[in-house]
Amino acid sequence: MAEQIHSNNVAKHNPDEVVVDIEHISKSFGGNEVLRDINLQVKRGENVVVLGKSGQGKSVTIQCIVGLLNPDEGTVKVFGDVVADMDDRELKALRTKVGFLFQSGALYDSMTVRENLEFPLTRVLKMRDQAEIDQRVEEVLDGVGLLDAVDKMPSDLSGGMRKRVGLARTMIVKPEIMLYDEPTTGLDPITSREISELILNMQKKYKTSSIIITHDMECAKITGDRVVIMNDGRYIAEGSFDELQNSDNELVRSFFNETT
Amino acid sequence: MAEQVLTGYKKWMEDVGEQGVFFSRFFRNIFTGGFEWQEFVRQCYEIGYKSFMLVGLTSFIMGLVLILQLRPAMVDMGAESMLPKTLAVSFIREMGPVITAIICAGKIASSIGAELGSMKVTEQIDAMEVSGANPMQYLVVTRILATAIMVPILALMGDVIGLFGGYLALNFTDDLSFALYFRKCIASLEFIDLLPAIVKTIFFGFAIGFVGCYKGFHSNKGTESVGLAANSAVVTASLWIFVIDAIAVQITSILFYR
Repeated sequence: MAEQIHSNNVAKHNPDEVVVDIEHISKSFGGNEVLRDINLQVKRGENVVVLGKSGQGKSVTIQCIVGLLNPDEGTVKVFGDVVADMDDRELKALRTKVGFLFQSGALYDSMTVRENLEFPLTRVLKMRDQAEIDQRVEEVLDGVGLLDAVDKMPSDLSGGMRKRVGLARTMIVKPEIMLYDEPTTGLDPITSREISELILNMQKKYKTSSIIITHDMECAKITGDRVVIMNDGRYIAEGSFDELQNSDNELVRSFFNETT
Repeated sequence: MAEQVLTGYKKWMEDVGEQGVFFSRFFRNIFTGGFEWQEFVRQCYEIGYKSFMLVGLTSFIMGLVLILQLRPAMVDMGAESMLPKTLAVSFIREMGPVITAIICAGKIASSIGAELGSMKVTEQIDAMEVSGANPMQYLVVTRILATAIMVPILALMGDVIGLFGGYLALNFTDDLSFALYFRKCIASLEFIDLLPAIVKTIFFGFAIGFVGCYKGFHSNKGTESVGLAANSAVVTASLWIFVIDAIAVQITSILFYR
């Protein structure tokens, strides 16, 4: 039933609709300006990769989208509403539509994998039917290939498995927008590729729009419909992966060489 | 020098302000949204049941030691028969609640501070918040209410065990029946000895839970801050216990013992 409602919602939306609209945002921390006049639009169903070196403020951008941080200047609109103007109830409603995968997976370490996955269903969606909850848990765990790990504790999982479970926990509420904060950092190349392909599969399956923050070129190549390059707090170029790789701009090309 | 003092004062004021905001968020969250009964019961078990042995043992030793220390002086004054009464009044009014609270500050406030601090560092609290769940309701309200309820219960049990320790100490040298000893203890107590003691332990429990949660919730990023949160929670909670005790004793004296 919930699946059907989600599918109907996705089907009736305009594919050209801008779901995330970032306009001229700037953000500083104690005199250190990490974002400088950033602009970014994400359309429905689009995967945008923000590529840049570590410590450049990439994660700050997506934290502004979910209201964990507010920009010093500029506005962030999600589904047409300004995030900074939202009250607690509106912010909570927004967060049920926006999934956020943290760099570490951020699994609740006092709970089993099943309890981690049940948490957003019972607390956010207020689901009470245990059979429906079990079905959802099995569905998403099957999607990330970890059905066997359902009763394990997070401490028993490897880094890659934690990210998969983190992804499953985020996807279980069927968000319309997904924000990935360095999803492949700290993983070996094979697991990184698996996670990147998983992100792509999940996007196709659930028809989400995504912003993927990364400095992993392979992840960018696999997942990105459009790639934005960030340097020194600014977006310096955008286009498809191939366009940017063969860009006339030396800084952009050197950036590719530098990060690979 | 003056600038340093000013900066320190400004930081302290900011901290007081943040505590005020945290306090109001806690109260707002008690009455809004669903109450996390399952987590509350789990916290009561963690806080109450798992602290019982420590509180019981400490209270037992304190009761025993108090009698051993008091006895020579009381014998000199020919007031040996007053020992059960002296122990009962001092233990029920002051020693039991304060010892229990200090033990709980060391065990519970540090554990809450470290747990929530670690959750903050590993972005689990942020993850809860961005998922649309309410970390205040799940993590803070349950813990503070559990400590506010379990610390008085632990203190009452500690009182009984402390009196039993006193009984054993008396029987090292004297032959006093168990029934007579407890009859003497209970006869020396009035309702106004017990009520203020229970009320102040509710405040002790609240302070322990509140300080632990606040320190954990406001720890900085980095593993070092988890240790700092735990350490700071114990020190601040212990300090609050003595401040609350001093205020409670003043109020009780004015209201009941004039």
